[in-house]
Formats: sequence, structure tokens, C-alpha cells
Amino acid sequence: MIQPSSATVPPPREIIIQPSGWAGLDGRELWDYRDLVLLLVRRDFVSKFKQTVLGPVWFLLQPLLMTVVFTVIFQKVAKISTDGLPGPIFYFSGMVMWGYFAQNLSTATTIFTTNAYLFTKVYFPRLIVPIATSLSNLIAFAIQFVFYFAFFFYYELFTPASEVLAIRPTALLLPLALLHLVLLSLGVSLWMSALTAKYRDFSHLMAFLTQIWMYLTPVVMPISIFPPKWQWIPLINPMTALVEWFRYSFCGRGTMDPLCIGLSLVITLVLLVSGVAFYQRTARTFVDTV
Amino acid sequence: MSQPIIEAHSLSKRYALGSIGAQSFREELNILWDQLRGRAPRQRSAPELWALRDVSFEIGAGEVVGILGRNGAGKSTLLKVLSRITEPTSGKAIIRGRVASLLEVGTGFHPELTGRENVYLNGAILGMRKAEIDQKFDEIVEFAEVEKFIDTPVKRYSSGMHVRLAFAVAAHLEPEILLVDEVLAVGDAAFQRKCLGKMEGVSKSGRTVLFVSHNMVAVETLCPRSIYIKEGRCAGIGPSPELIARYLQDSSARREEDLAPDRVQSDGTARLLGYRILNQDGEENQDPKTNQSFEVRIRVNVFQEIRQPCYSIVIRHHLGTLMTCVNTTEQGLEMDPLPPGEHEIAVRLGPVTFLPALYRMTFHLQNPQGHLYTWIEEGINFEIAQSPLYGTRDLDHRWGCVYTPVSYQVRPLAASSEPVKVNP
Repeated sequence: MIQPSSATVPPPREIIIQPSGWAGLDGRELWDYRDLVLLLVRRDFVSKFKQTVLGPVWFLLQPLLMTVVFTVIFQKVAKISTDGLPGPIFYFSGMVMWGYFAQNLSTATTIFTTNAYLFTKVYFPRLIVPIATSLSNLIAFAIQFVFYFAFFFYYELFTPASEVLAIRPTALLLPLALLHLVLLSLGVSLWMSALTAKYRDFSHLMAFLTQIWMYLTPVVMPISIFPPKWQWIPLINPMTALVEWFRYSFCGRGTMDPLCIGLSLVITLVLLVSGVAFYQRTARTFVDTV
Repeated sequence: MSQPIIEAHSLSKRYALGSIGAQSFREELNILWDQLRGRAPRQRSAPELWALRDVSFEIGAGEVVGILGRNGAGKSTLLKVLSRITEPTSGKAIIRGRVASLLEVGTGFHPELTGRENVYLNGAILGMRKAEIDQKFDEIVEFAEVEKFIDTPVKRYSSGMHVRLAFAVAAHLEPEILLVDEVLAVGDAAFQRKCLGKMEGVSKSGRTVLFVSHNMVAVETLCPRSIYIKEGRCAGIGPSPELIARYLQDSSARREEDLAPDRVQSDGTARLLGYRILNQDGEENQDPKTNQSFEVRIRVNVFQEIRQPCYSIVIRHHLGTLMTCVNTTEQGLEMDPLPPGEHEIAVRLGPVTFLPALYRMTFHLQNPQGHLYTWIEEGINFEIAQSPLYGTRDLDHRWGCVYTPVSYQVRPLAASSEPVKVNP
């Protein structure tokens, strides 16, 4: 063992341990652990597909199967409007943004239980885990996003639907929209994981909640299908702005309502800040309850 | 070094026994509902336990300090607070350096990842930067002797390779402060010896070590100074021999142990109150030794006559191994009825071949059909004291759980005309 000489190693930071109440987000410490985030993302990716035959193809199969189901049920059987877009394009475009959000919600409920073995043994900023999860879910998003263009160009080149299909300049906002999506998903995930750690009831509620939320977001049903009296429901839903932005930018249909986008941004920030506080508070004493 | 490397200022930690807060969302809603209607909230009398109370101390850089105290005194809680696994309820500690504990060996190892990936992941969980691991990577792999398999998923590793690799990462963390909880250390005897050896090495290299152990010999040889924790409070800081003497005196001065009321279960017919441990000479202040008999005397308050009492005991090693279980029904014993009033039930055990360690006993007072009147789960603790069983050195849990006399006989198996007899 070589004793680290004080000449080469900077003096270690003072760690102060005390009850921290509601406050407590140490940005510098979080930054110090950035390598861990990347390694956890890698672990998630590798472990998810070891011993599966199809591997990352599952990322495509899931939304593809959903699109088929939606097309059959909502378009063909229920004859619900798709805003003049070909059914598969309409559904898949909704699924790209929504899929990421839903995936985050479903992993959120298990963050504390599946990582209990880590949390009870070693300290690292607990926020690292949900951050890594939301980043590793971006891999699926990226694959689906690229695949969406295959869909798009098929319809653009080989079907009469090319008249309605368009890619608009707002598509350039992609990085911002993505950041918005990640932060919103993280905010909701933090709330859900902390709630589940406290009350296990939420793990049962989650799947149901996600379903309801999806129907209140224009993923399978366009906003126009809501009666005028109830149109405000999808509009106050922070996911609507993101799904509609995607459809507007990459299909050429949909609405970009500044009010809806602004509201979504505000809700995202509120959820994120309160989510971080709630999650941190829960994480601090979580090990006492397991 | 002018500034102490660890400072603790009246650290306290409270646990709510049983449940923390409301158990379910429904319960929380009930409480909220009651508040809204202006009623007094329903009783949530979760008993509290102060695992740590106003613990203050300072440790200088390079010191090796033992932490003494009986089980449940709060030693492990102190380490948990210092390693930031849980937060104190009040008070403050300042730590100037990287903290590591040997509990973390292999934490976060993922079976599907290769050895290489796991070294990085585990290192990062323990707080190393990637660049730092890059630097030490070859050294770690060499130390673990797994060069050939470094790109194989660790699920294909033998358990020995697994432990070696995990330990190698921890050993190269180079923490300024090392926390060691011997009771909780996992692994086989060889591995635990390695941990102790590593500890000695670390302390010689000038780092700070906090060492929790029941092995007084180890504490005395490794740690010049100790902290004695008694019922969550700091009962003394000073030279180890002095504190060890005090600790031993305190533990021998104990008479009857009270059973924690919240751990005793009862159906209302009777209730366990307390217990005493008597060694084979009937002394209460000496722990029994291996190969001796001893008595556990359990005091019970009987409220309604029990016609056919049946006693059942289960003994576990403190690391969880089931040592023995037995009950009077299976022994074919018929016990005398218990009239109302206080009684002392003397359970005579032995000669007991358990090796020196802490043991936890479960006691049931029941009827022959298995209906329980009063019982305690693993609440009766006794310690088998050190004795030089094989004549050379003290034995503890690292040598197993039971003592067996062993003798050896070696005969040459040369191709002689004499047929070799094999013992049946």
C-alpha cells in the first residue's frame, strides 16, 4: 500500500454529516460522480439484453407492436380520427415521446427496492440512480426515433399520404425538446420513486396511472376528439406539448400552442425541484426502513 | 496534523421501532382524515429507540481506534452514520478524508458484466474516478490473480475469484479512513483473516481505522485507543486496556437482563419478563465456555393457569446459522402445570460444544398443540467465552460454529505384505 502523499493529492474535501432537512443538493458532489452515471447506464444497457435473443431489437418491437394494436383498435375498429395522418405514422409519432416517459415511470417505482442492496452498504449521491436510469432510457428513445424516419420515408415516398406529411423547421428544437422531456420524466420519476419507497401501494397503482395518463395525452387520440368543454384537460397535461411538438415537427400535423408549452415548462420545473427535494429526503433515511 | 480527521459533535440517531411513519397510504389518509375533522389522530404509538445519543469524540489522522460495546449498544449505527449510509437525527460529524468500509466489498458487482466492467463499476460506486481506476487497473487485476478471465462475465467466476476481485478493488481504494465492523464481515475464514491482515497493513501505512469487534484481544493489540459505547451513549474514550477492563466489568456486573417489552409477544395468558445466564458453577458474572453446561433462567409472569406448558427453544449463531432447536413435546417430557404468578424456568443446556461467539435464543411458552402463550424471537442473548480449546490460541466464529475434538493418525501405505486395515 502506498500512502498517498499530500503533495500530489489535493486535500480531501470536508464531509459534514448532519440532518439536512428539506434542502440538500450538492451539485459539486454530483459532478464528482459523473463517471458512475455513465457506468450505470452501461450496466443497464448490457444487463437488459444479455441472454435475450433479439437484444436491442426489443426497443423497436415494443412500439411497433403497440402501433399495430392501436391501428387495429383505434383506427380500424373504433374509427377514431388520426388528424388526417396515416394511422401508423400518427401512433408511432406519439409513441416516440410517450414511450420514453412511460418507460421512466415504470422503472421509477423500483428504484429503491432494486437498489436497496447498494443503498444499505455504500454512500454515493442517491440522485445518481434516477439520473442514470433516465439517461439509459434515452438509448431506446434514440433507436425508436431513427426508426420513425424509416416509417416516415416509406409513407412519404410510396403512399399518397405524402401530401400531408412534412418536416417543419421546429424540428431543429429537438435538443431543447429532448431536455424538456428528460427533465419532466425525471421530475415525475423522482416523485413516484419516493412515493413508492414510502407507500408500496404506488407500485400497484403505477401501471394504471400510466395508462390513464396516456389517454389524456394525444398519443392515440388527437386533442380534437375531446369535446370543446374538456379540451383543457389535454392542454394542462405537461406531456401534451411535447407529443404535439413532435407531431407538428415531424409529421406536419398537430398544434404548437405557446400557452400549452409555457405551462408544460412551468409544471416541469415545479415537478423537478419538488421531486428532487422529496427524493433526497426519502433517500436519506430509506435504509432505516428496509 | 492539527485538525482531527473525524469529529463527532453530539451525534444522535433515533429509530422508530416497528414501523417508520405510516405503513401504508391508507393509514396516512386515515390520519389526514382525522386531522381534517379536527379529531385527535389515532394512536400511532411506535416506540422509539435512541441507537445513538449525544456521542461526541475526535479522532486524529493515523489513529487506530476500537469501538467497544455490547450488542445493540449502537456501534454499527455509529459506523452507518459515519459512512453516510443513514443520516443522524441530530448532531454533526465532520470527516476530512475518504471513507471506506470493508462491508462494501463487491457491492454493485453485476453477474452479467465482465470482470473489467465490474472493476470500473464497483470502483465508481466506492467513489473513484474513472481516471483513477485506469491508473490502478493493472495492479488490481494482478492482485486478484484473474488476468486471464478479466473479460469474462463474473457469473462464470468461481466464488474465490469473485471475492478476490472484489477485495482487490476495495484494497486499491486507498481511503484515508477505514471502517471495519468485524461482526458483519462476510466471507470465509481465509477471507476474514485477509480483512484483518489488510487492516493491520492499513494502520501501519498511517491511515485512520475505526474497528468494531467483540474480539478483545484484537482490539487490544490493534487499537491503542478505544471508544466505549453503552446504550447509545459514549461511556468513555481513552486507552484501550482501561476501557476493555471497564467493558468487561460492566458486562459481568449485569444481573438479570430485561427483555425488551416490545419484542416479547403474548396472547394474554402469560408474559416473559427477563432472563439470567448461569455458568456451570452457577456463577452469573462469568460467561459459559465451550464444552461446559450452563443454565438460562427465564422469568415469566403467568396470568391464567397453564395446564400443559410446553417449552421450545431455538438457538442461532449471531451470524444467523441455526445451531439447534428442541421442545419438550418432542423430548417426550410432560411439564408441571403453571399456576398464576411469577415463575423462573431454568433451561439447562449442555455440555454445549458451540465455539466462542454470541448466540441468540428464541423461547416459546406454548401448549402441546403449538398454541403460543408468550414468546420472544432471538431476544435471549448469551456469549460463549474464549477458551484455548485446541490448546494453542483463542477461537472465534471464523473457525466455525462447533467444537469437535479431532485426532490424527498417519500410517504409511507402502506396498508391504501387511494388508492395510481401514477403520469402518
